Amino acid sequence: MTSLRYEVADRRKAAAADFWLRWEVLLLVLLGIVMLVNSRLSPWFLDYYNLLDSTFNFSEKAIMALSMTLIIVTRDIDLSVASIIALASVFMGLAAQAGAGVPLLVLIGLATGLLAGFANGAIITRFQIPAIVVTIGTMSLFRGIAYVVLGDTAITSYPAGFSWFGQSYLVWSIPFEFVLFLVLAAVFGFVLHFTTTGRRIYAIGNNPVAARFSGIPVDRYRLVLFTLNGLMAGLAAVLLTSRIGSTRPNIAAGWELEVITMVVLGGVSIMGGSGTISGVFIAVFVLGMMTFGLSLMNVPGIVMSVFVGVLLIASIAVPILIRRMLRR
Amino acid sequence: MRRLSSAVFRVAAAFLVATITVCGAASISQAQDKVRIAFLVKNLGNRFFDAVRDGGTEAAKELGNVEIIYVGPTSATAEGQIEIINSLMAQRVNAIAISANDTNALIPATKRAMDRGIKVVSFDSAIASEGRIIQVDPSETKLIGAKQVQMMADAMGGEGEFAILSAASTMTNQNNWIAAMKEELKDPKYAKMKLVTTAYGDDQSDKSYRETLGLFKSYPNLKGIISPTSIGIVAAAKAVTDQNLVGKVYVTGLGLPSEMKAAVEAGATKSFAIWNPIDLGYTTTQIAYNLIKGTVKGVPGDEVPAGRMGKVKVGPDGVVVMAEPFTFDKSNVAEYAKVF
Repeated sequence: MTSLRYEVADRRKAAAADFWLRWEVLLLVLLGIVMLVNSRLSPWFLDYYNLLDSTFNFSEKAIMALSMTLIIVTRDIDLSVASIIALASVFMGLAAQAGAGVPLLVLIGLATGLLAGFANGAIITRFQIPAIVVTIGTMSLFRGIAYVVLGDTAITSYPAGFSWFGQSYLVWSIPFEFVLFLVLAAVFGFVLHFTTTGRRIYAIGNNPVAARFSGIPVDRYRLVLFTLNGLMAGLAAVLLTSRIGSTRPNIAAGWELEVITMVVLGGVSIMGGSGTISGVFIAVFVLGMMTFGLSLMNVPGIVMSVFVGVLLIASIAVPILIRRMLRR
Repeated sequence: MRRLSSAVFRVAAAFLVATITVCGAASISQAQDKVRIAFLVKNLGNRFFDAVRDGGTEAAKELGNVEIIYVGPTSATAEGQIEIINSLMAQRVNAIAISANDTNALIPATKRAMDRGIKVVSFDSAIASEGRIIQVDPSETKLIGAKQVQMMADAMGGEGEFAILSAASTMTNQNNWIAAMKEELKDPKYAKMKLVTTAYGDDQSDKSYRETLGLFKSYPNLKGIISPTSIGIVAAAKAVTDQNLVGKVYVTGLGLPSEMKAAVEAGATKSFAIWNPIDLGYTTTQIAYNLIKGTVKGVPGDEVPAGRMGKVKVGPDGVVVMAEPFTFDKSNVAEYAKVF
């Protein structure tokens, strides 16, 4: 495979084709098409309030996609994030039943996520087991605990103020969740693209052995990233639980794949070592706007996932084909 | 690279702003003169709900100028339904009728919808009362229990031994219905009928089948079996047919026409019942329409005109209870088997 890894060496002269074939640019074109088509097909699409409200549907997943980007850049994967949400939500629910206040609930949600992520990272790095194996295991484990605790019941006794995180708006009717995503995206983008830490994350993804020999504590980085990913899942759990005010063991079912879809569509190579936060950022909107547009036309969810699948395959295949044609 | 990506960002921002402003100018609110009622079901691909929609469409045709939107998430989760509620709100539908995946989780979303003037009703699986105006129950425990005893009496000629084949012993629904059956049996007109035992098939076909064979062995004079579960009734009827007991033992209970057609045609079952999803969809649509038009408020005590269903009464807590379960026999099972 002739992979275009993140360039560390000298800069080539930028050609026009380089710009137009950049993943982010292609995604932007795609986003433009999605917006245009949707606004043509539904009179309700291009409405300030509707668009902002639609961000509720993807903000939590988008926040998880940010840390998942780092995980995938280092050649790892974490399939347990949705189950971590379930686990964190269950613990928050139990605490709420016991009468915990809002700050404590948030703390418990975040701490559960952090610990679950740390457990993932510790098992992976300590025993050198591939991340996919470990997180498939914890995916069943964490959700299993949620099912054991709750069975077919639900916890709904959350204090009144708790709904603020998932349901409130800041200025100009912008949901708090969405603002939080924007801020976090900026932070993640800065760390990955403008700091030594970010550089090292790419180095690990490109070649973990070489990175190790260059003095990068690879396993410590991976441990921290998995813990961070767990923390983000804990944050998503706080937001989601607050938004729907209820905990069920099947909460956020299937979200791990939706998060990974965002990351992969964002141009992050599943082989590690390449991809940008800005790509993932735009991909979040491509997917979010597409599903919102489809849902405005009342397209059934099953058909929607067909669209997403086609989009994912096409968006990855088309640039490869174009590059191949250009090279000839 | 860095310069490039900042350029990319700039282009990105410009593109987004341009798209939004350009298209936003070609603005929205075209007058929607149709009344739009959305049916939001637990999940798609469920024949029960397809039949509910057909009932809704029937009512829409009668009312005229009503459009039915039929939506549901891929998997039966509250989050999936909330996403859809958001999009229905964005479309400014006039009413949403929901069969909820979670009694409580939908409340924040439906409250927001109601704040924006959308009439929210739930049917089948209820939303807690603060999250909807009216809940339409297809039937109620007492009627469901009584109906099954009446069908049993009819099939076995009002006298003899019969048994109950239930689902699991822990299931709230079935246990309530069985309690209601026992209540109905106290009526003197059933004096010659004797309930010998209750067996549990755990809603598994093979176990229900084996339990039925066990009943034949233990009670040689058995004349009937009531199975208040759609899985048990099919298994029991099959056991009757397989053991050549047609005409000797009758099976009745709650089942789906599509699954019970063979049993009725073979004679193992004379009649069985289930709440009619078509009537459920029809009534729900009529109620939603009346709420939209403002002819009723939906408070307890209101009487809502509901077309061919007559007037339905809103009970305490905004619950509307429809009639007794609908009975299926040789005369209509084939027709309904095509529906659900």
